[in-house]
Amino acid sequence: MKNHVYRPLFLVIAFVVAVLIAREIVVPEDFGTHEAGYMYGWHRKGNEQEWKDFKVKYQGKDYCKLCHQDKVDKISQTPHVIINCENCHGPAVKMARVDGKIHWKNPTYTKHGEDTFENHIDRTREQCLRCHAKLPYKGSGREWVRGINNTEHNPDMECVMCHNPHSPGFG
Amino acid sequence: MISRRGFLKYGASALATSGLITTTSGKIFAAAGSGSKDTRWAFLIDTHKCTGCGLCVKACKLENEVPMEANATRTWVERYVIKHDGEVVADSPHAGIDGYTRNDPQGREIPESDIAKSYFVPKLCNQCEKPACVQVCPVGATYQTADGVVLVDRTWCIGCGYCIMACPYGARFFHPVFRVAEKCNWCYHRITKGMDTACVEACSFGARMVGNIMDPNDPLTKIIKTERVSLLKEEYGTSPMAYYIGLDTLVR
Amino acid sequence: MDIASVAQHGMEIHGEAWTVKELFVYPNEFVVWSIQIVMYPYMTGLVAGAFVLSSLYHVFGQKELEKIATFSLAFSFCLLPVAMMPLQLHLQQPFRGTNVFFTPHFTSAIAAFGIVFTTYAFIVASEIWFVYRKFFIDEARRLKGASGLDGIRCMIYNILTLGAYDLSTDALETDHKAAKYLAGVGVPVAAFLHGYAGFIFGSVKANALWMTPLMPVIFIMSAIVSGIALCMLTYICLLEISLIKASVGKGKSENIKSQVRAAQRETIRLTRKYLLMFLVAAISLELLDLIFRGYTAVKSWDILRSVIYERDFNLIFVMQYGLGNLVPFILLLLPRISVKRTVVALVLVMFGVFMMRWNVVIGGQSFSLTFSGFMHYHLPIIPHNWETVKEGLVGALAVIATPYILLVGLNFIIPVVPHFEEKPE
Ligand code: HEC
Ligand code: HEC
Ligand code: HEC
Ligand code: HEC
Repeated sequence: MKNHVYRPLFLVIAFVVAVLIAREIVVPEDFGTHEAGYMYGWHRKGNEQEWKDFKVKYQGKDYCKLCHQDKVDKISQTPHVIINCENCHGPAVKMARVDGKIHWKNPTYTKHGEDTFENHIDRTREQCLRCHAKLPYKGSGREWVRGINNTEHNPDMECVMCHNPHSPGFG
Repeated sequence: MISRRGFLKYGASALATSGLITTTSGKIFAAAGSGSKDTRWAFLIDTHKCTGCGLCVKACKLENEVPMEANATRTWVERYVIKHDGEVVADSPHAGIDGYTRNDPQGREIPESDIAKSYFVPKLCNQCEKPACVQVCPVGATYQTADGVVLVDRTWCIGCGYCIMACPYGARFFHPVFRVAEKCNWCYHRITKGMDTACVEACSFGARMVGNIMDPNDPLTKIIKTERVSLLKEEYGTSPMAYYIGLDTLVR
Repeated sequence: MDIASVAQHGMEIHGEAWTVKELFVYPNEFVVWSIQIVMYPYMTGLVAGAFVLSSLYHVFGQKELEKIATFSLAFSFCLLPVAMMPLQLHLQQPFRGTNVFFTPHFTSAIAAFGIVFTTYAFIVASEIWFVYRKFFIDEARRLKGASGLDGIRCMIYNILTLGAYDLSTDALETDHKAAKYLAGVGVPVAAFLHGYAGFIFGSVKANALWMTPLMPVIFIMSAIVSGIALCMLTYICLLEISLIKASVGKGKSENIKSQVRAAQRETIRLTRKYLLMFLVAAISLELLDLIFRGYTAVKSWDILRSVIYERDFNLIFVMQYGLGNLVPFILLLLPRISVKRTVVALVLVMFGVFMMRWNVVIGGQSFSLTFSGFMHYHLPIIPHNWETVKEGLVGALAVIATPYILLVGLNFIIPVVPHFEEKPE
């Protein structure tokens, strides 16, 4: 019983071994130092692919063109050509004809969000006002867009009652 | 073990990258073309063009599954109104997601005659070359990819919040559903497929642009090469990679 | 932003429940590091301080401190788990906390904390083992063959001996040496542990208030102050309890009473000077930091000044420096010190150090990264969900109460509470 001094040390060693074994089991194999080095690249490699596989929701105008050539052509004649269709219609995560009906599924993540974004035609005045509300901000991008005064320009009516969003002018 | 090898490797890679994309040593354009990497994503924001419509913020939230009503976001738009008397009135209500439809910075109406200048500034993660947030992650749950984007491993993050405290740009927050650190990753799932980010796609005015700064023919590279660009908060030494055109000194 | 309306929705961002923003603040900014992060350096500080006090006797041979030193060692053991507790309560993914051991990323100041902390825990535990080994064996032998509760205790003691039953003078001498050695090693580790906690804050370059190389040193000093103060306070109170016990107990209690009174006076006389010394060091460093910031006045000074001298003036100058430092300093310095006065001073010192932690952690987040906006922290008092339980008053009180619960538990195994026998006059 001479070396009783080392007994606590044995406990420590047992603990370290336990941690190392647990580490072996728990830590994924592809965890390590990757391209960016230990300081910035210490991670699980597989996670990169997980992010790459994340679902794409916004498809872009070219996608709409496949079926809505007319709308694309029409809007192309107007200043609204610069606006992506999905800004007013929501992201086209999935849109296909099933049994003669259109099934449009916008991403709905939250209980609150569901009703707000299921409507894939945004007809609200707020939508148009995002760009057209007149703001006295000289130097900002607003200078470029013809603004209207929300309280004076035909309030209480949706803008799309008079303006076709795909061809907003009257000219 | 891990640490020694790690530190050695890190040392080597730090040497390798430091000459490439240093923004302070006047060597930005050594980045394009020369160098070991063939992809290094960069972002360009033209504040002159931003109208503050907030459609980028909305698109980002839908694309990246950040709940619409959550009071945090991967990208946001700030409004700056500078008065003739020098007062700066800046804000970003709800991250600008509903667009700026009223002249009410910080809830105050500022008469047109008082306004000297005003502008909108879109913000997002800078995907720094030397990300402070990654340096402080205790478990390796956030990291920089080879092409320069900083990602978060949602299965490994312990939720200590150190990265959130370390980011000088306020780009990070806790995801309300997953309860782990969340940040903009320049739509990594899109750019790696050759698409634009959701916010770039949503922007009607070309205020935002994403591209590969290593590719000399990329429009983004050409602009950064030929125009006067600047960066946000360079003093923190993180070497941000989101370039700005028309950045006022008053921008925070 | 209105707290009530935020609480209604389910999609609350962490920190939203207790943050109120003012002027221009980035959308994602909240007080993310809240009360538990105030508790965390406070508790590690207490651990470190308690250990340093115990080492004054074990290493530096301050013989007079024997009784309180032995108590401090046991107390610092009880405080140990509590230093980890706030971190666990703070984590958004508490069950993944072990990742820190599995994939440590040492460029982070938090990564090695687990390792330093565990090392330190082993040092304290081993030291206790060496100090109490003889006691374990004695008890194990005494209780041998007992049944019921005593049987269980006997078993515990047998396990605690770790199979080493050697009680020869040589062995006991070795025990003593080992304990002394561990106490010696423990002091720098304790200092490191806590300086490290300071480094976690001091190295955040994005935070203008935190970023200073002085942070670790300031933390160590105030840690020792609070540790000594807490040990003194608890010890004096325990003595007071034995005093009450002696009064209600039968027999000649006058004798014990005078012993206890004497012990209390001794403790105060001896520890007071150490407390004052470290208090002076802590305050000078903090003032140095403040003066330096004001003098160099870099970009962030404008907002820092408005936080320090205007918004948080009461918290910093009245509560921390005034009530928490200056008043107890005077109380302790004035001659003819009484037990009551000491207790008041000690409570104030503890409060002062707590306020210092608060002003660092919460103060550091009370202004925005924009340098043109502010955030106010409202400690959740009545919780409305799990998050406000663990990161609110309830969680903080749980952290404070735990070491005492552990102390009571530990007292069943080793005699922590000072015991007085009738002494012939
Ligand atoms: C695969 C073909 C296809 C593609 C691609 C497509 N659509 Fe459609 N869309 C349809 C069909 C078919 C209808 C139904 C037309 C009808 O009922 O007249 C429709 C209807 C709509 C409607 C009207 C729905 C309603 O409730 O009245 C909108 C708005 C619309 N599409 C927008 C878009 C946008 C924006 C895109 C691009 C992101 C797009 N679509 C891409 C086939 C497509
Ligand atoms: C500025 C917002 C806006 C943009 C940009 C926009 N739309 Fe629309 N769109 C609307 C609105 C509003 C309606 C509903 C019109 C109505 O109710 O009269 C609509 C209706 C539609 C409809 C169905 C109704 C119909 O008129 O047949 C289709 C299909 C459609 N849009 C496709 C597109 C496509 C494709 C694009 C992109 C090229 C596009 N939209 C761009 C606002 C927009
Ligand atoms: C993303 C920003 C944006 C949104 C959203 C938007 N517009 Fe426009 N709109 C523009 C721009 C840019 C112009 C062209 C600038 C100009 O001529 O002033 C324009 C032009 C117009 C014009 C004048 C067209 C002309 O030829 O004279 C009208 C009318 C108009 N928009 C109505 C609307 C309506 C209605 C909506 C809502 C459905 C809407 N806009 C939504 C950006 C927007
Ligand atoms: C009652 C019909 C009506 C409604 C509703 C309406 N407008 Fe108009 N708007 C007009 C007419 C008519 C004109 C052209 C005459 C003019 O220039 O005043 C016009 C002109 C415009 C112009 C061009 C202004 C210019 O200076 O040339 C813009 C932009 C515009 N509207 C946007 C909107 C927006 C945005 C909304 C919704 C918030 C809206 N309008 C609602 C009828 C309407």
